[in-house]
Amino acid sequence: MRRCLRLDSHNTQETHDSQQPIIEFKQVKVYFQHRPKLLGGKVTIHAVDDVTLRLQEGEIFGLVGESGSGKSTLARTVVKLHKPTAGEIDYRGKDIFRQDRSGLKQFRRRVQMIFQDPYESLNPQADVFGAVIEPLVIHGLAPKGRDQQKARVSELLERVGLDPTSKIDRFPHELSGGERQRIAIARALSLEPDLLIADEAVSMLDVSVRLGILELMLDLKRKFNLTYIFITHDLGVARYICTRIAVMYRGKVVEIADPDELISHPFHHYTNLLLASIPGSPMRKPDQLGEAVLNPGLLPRGCRFESRCPGAQEKCRNIEPPLVEVKEGHFVACHFPLGQESNN
Amino acid sequence: MTATSREDKSDDHSPLLEARNLSITYASTSGPVRAVDNVSFIVRKGEVLGLAGESGCGKTSVALSLMRLHGPKTRIEGEILFHGKNVLRMTRAELQAYRWRDVSMIPQGSMNALDPVMTIQRQIVEAIQGHTRKSSSEAAQMTKRLLTSVSIAPSRAHDYPHEFSGGMKQRAVIAMALALEPQLVIADEPTTALDVIVQRQLLNLLKYLREELMISFIFVSHDLSVIGEIADRVAVMYAGKIVEIGTRDAILNHPSHPYTEALVKSVPRVFGKREELTPIPGDPPTGLWPTGCSFNPRCKYAFNLCRVKEPQLQQSPSGSDAACHLIDNGNKSLTR
Amino acid sequence: MQEIETSVSVDSSKTSTNLRRILHDRKAQAGFGIILFFSFVALTAPIVSPYSPYAFPAPGRPYTPPGREFLLGTDYLGEDILSEIIYGARVSMLVGIIVAILSTGLGTLVGVLAGYYGHVVDEGLMRATDIVLILPPLPLMIILAAYLGPSLQTVIFVLTITTWPLVARVVRSQTLSLKERPFTDSARVAGASDFRIMTKLLIPNLATIIAANAVLMVTTAIVGEASLDFIGLGDITVVSWGTMLYWAQSYAIFNGAWWWVIAPGLCIVLVGLGFVLISVSIERIFNPRLRT
Repeated sequence: MRRCLRLDSHNTQETHDSQQPIIEFKQVKVYFQHRPKLLGGKVTIHAVDDVTLRLQEGEIFGLVGESGSGKSTLARTVVKLHKPTAGEIDYRGKDIFRQDRSGLKQFRRRVQMIFQDPYESLNPQADVFGAVIEPLVIHGLAPKGRDQQKARVSELLERVGLDPTSKIDRFPHELSGGERQRIAIARALSLEPDLLIADEAVSMLDVSVRLGILELMLDLKRKFNLTYIFITHDLGVARYICTRIAVMYRGKVVEIADPDELISHPFHHYTNLLLASIPGSPMRKPDQLGEAVLNPGLLPRGCRFESRCPGAQEKCRNIEPPLVEVKEGHFVACHFPLGQESNN
Repeated sequence: MTATSREDKSDDHSPLLEARNLSITYASTSGPVRAVDNVSFIVRKGEVLGLAGESGCGKTSVALSLMRLHGPKTRIEGEILFHGKNVLRMTRAELQAYRWRDVSMIPQGSMNALDPVMTIQRQIVEAIQGHTRKSSSEAAQMTKRLLTSVSIAPSRAHDYPHEFSGGMKQRAVIAMALALEPQLVIADEPTTALDVIVQRQLLNLLKYLREELMISFIFVSHDLSVIGEIADRVAVMYAGKIVEIGTRDAILNHPSHPYTEALVKSVPRVFGKREELTPIPGDPPTGLWPTGCSFNPRCKYAFNLCRVKEPQLQQSPSGSDAACHLIDNGNKSLTR
Repeated sequence: MQEIETSVSVDSSKTSTNLRRILHDRKAQAGFGIILFFSFVALTAPIVSPYSPYAFPAPGRPYTPPGREFLLGTDYLGEDILSEIIYGARVSMLVGIIVAILSTGLGTLVGVLAGYYGHVVDEGLMRATDIVLILPPLPLMIILAAYLGPSLQTVIFVLTITTWPLVARVVRSQTLSLKERPFTDSARVAGASDFRIMTKLLIPNLATIIAANAVLMVTTAIVGEASLDFIGLGDITVVSWGTMLYWAQSYAIFNGAWWWVIAPGLCIVLVGLGFVLISVSIERIFNPRLRT
């Protein structure tokens, strides 16, 4: 049963929130300074550029895009691995970059992350027990006594579909990719978070293992009423698990819709291009696919996608299109979206 | 020894490359590992054979062995025949002529293995001069032509790899592989690290090469949908063996082997109606293969015989060859 | 990216399996053998040594060549060189180990802090490191020793000062790369403090590099101590392999007492070799790329 979820772009005047969003991005910008050539000048990379989003509790919100889209940077900023250059991220109404110490501790319990690389996201020196109990130890929430701790870890392992007795003493290198990712999930769950950020959580797993992890994530969501931000480049996976998908391109959100709606009626030309490029796509393949962006520092004045867009016009070169709701629950940032023959 | 030129091939249906009972065993710290077990397949002229499978199934080992690029502590049994000549028994000189000229390769991750301190132009020229007697100006000319054929503007030839995007790097590597106009190119996971749109460009390029230049490909990938886009025939590998081999249509739409079926059904689809997907329990095996049919611990159709006796490849109703005891019994009880 | 099964990685976990690997490695066995031998000799010096090296009156006649009575001959005073070697082992090895510990400790501290915090901290610490590195070690040692007066403490101090920057450099670069790995992010997201990340996550993962370096450092320190003694900046009243060479340089040559030079020199070489073998073996075990 899907809720009718709304998003406000910063253009519309009214606010439609029935309840407070669990995460809100307010004009978030994350820029990095980079010196590509040793003696050259510094280049600013606009990884995330003015993103405004509102996520409700219980959503599985997908962030889809290719490399350079900013989806990973945005996700990592939510868990405070990056600091925004401008803008604000609110967790349940409170700015997460203006927290006091207790606020931060509280936040770390409520928001956790599952990383992409199952081989690299676990400390190779720690066994499964150590990896799963660590967050609790850090927050002083671990039960006293080794036996109770082991019991808690075993409970968590069972929740993620692993047999405690055979796995609890293992080290990461003794486990398969799927198992490691389950450990990572158990670790993230130990603090009883309500928001999980999954950064390409299945991309590095074998195909036959991916579905198991996705099913686990859905199951956990149902059991514990979790909210997910799910980052992926794979639209098939996004469609399968997400309740809503936002497509990002070069730091900007270009389209937001329910998965089936997005796939059957894409409005943005980039989304269309993505869908048409998928192997086995029934959509018409465009003649020109354009060249990937090589100068991340060079930003156009208008729409970022203009140089590759088959529908681009003069206006696109000069004015950045705002994110507008064109259909209920379906937002797009384009001056001349597909299927909207009446321009302006 | 000269390479067989294309003009000699009058019979288009004779196999270009044939692997017969290929088995590869590695020495490892925990004993010998049979990475590839009795694998046989044929690639014909202008054909694309897809080699599908997950990590540890042996597909990369097969790919490397076709050019004898496997490591020193490896034992290979069986034959690899190129136009009837056994690659595994070639002399140094024959091998030198064979590699890059008859058959070339795009190894896994090669786009990241380009020399970072040499320009693209220079790397390709070096590759050409390393295998032929061409002068540097001739090689430079060839390089320009090659780059154009893979849609890289010749003006970019003097850039360094880090100035190229991922897709461009991969195309540069393809250009290198095509330098001596081989008849067969082995591509090991050529699209894996690439974005969807770039992947599409690359697949278009490979299709073009196949159609215009009649180059055959062995396309190794774990991504069945990508293989489905380009392959004529597909061999599915699991635990070192080919468990099913057949036409693209048979494999993707009418799989006969439970693993193939499970693989096809476990990939969430973008288009079409939402399907019931069932995950495959367990993990792909690495090194230690189960007794009997190696897929049996994860197979939902497994019965007693499966744990005891290894099934052999035999023709299934869909036309493909599959190694499954379900076919022995004559009934094809896969739900499709 | 395709999942690829890798063999045991650099940061292999179970310490016991790795210890076993080290103990089975032939190079390490040879190294350990040498070190254990010399350590035993050093520890049991009073028991093992036939004479005291400071014996007065001296047990033998000066410049006696090696023979049945004095296995390694005697020095210019008639003291037994074998006894000197045995007691000298104490000082040399002690200095070596202490310097290694201090230098590695300081270098690790600086390296981890610089690598982890980056920016200003890194700049500051690295400039300090660079300054020490730039100064030529021998003149520095001479000046410091001359200023502080020749003694064992001076030697230890001087050697520590001149060797910690190298450790800091190595540790810093390893820290930089470890810092980027996802498990560091994972710890941060779980709420770990900087201190916890540095002590419980980074340092254990650095342990193998540190160990390999520390072991090599002992050799450097032993040779360094000998060098300082040799030029007279150590405490020449204490018997050590270095001071033996100090005295020998003045007296041995003109009296043909080759044994006086060879004995300490060979010991220094052997102990150095022992530690190098152990260090190489540690590196080989923990870096699978170096394994044959």
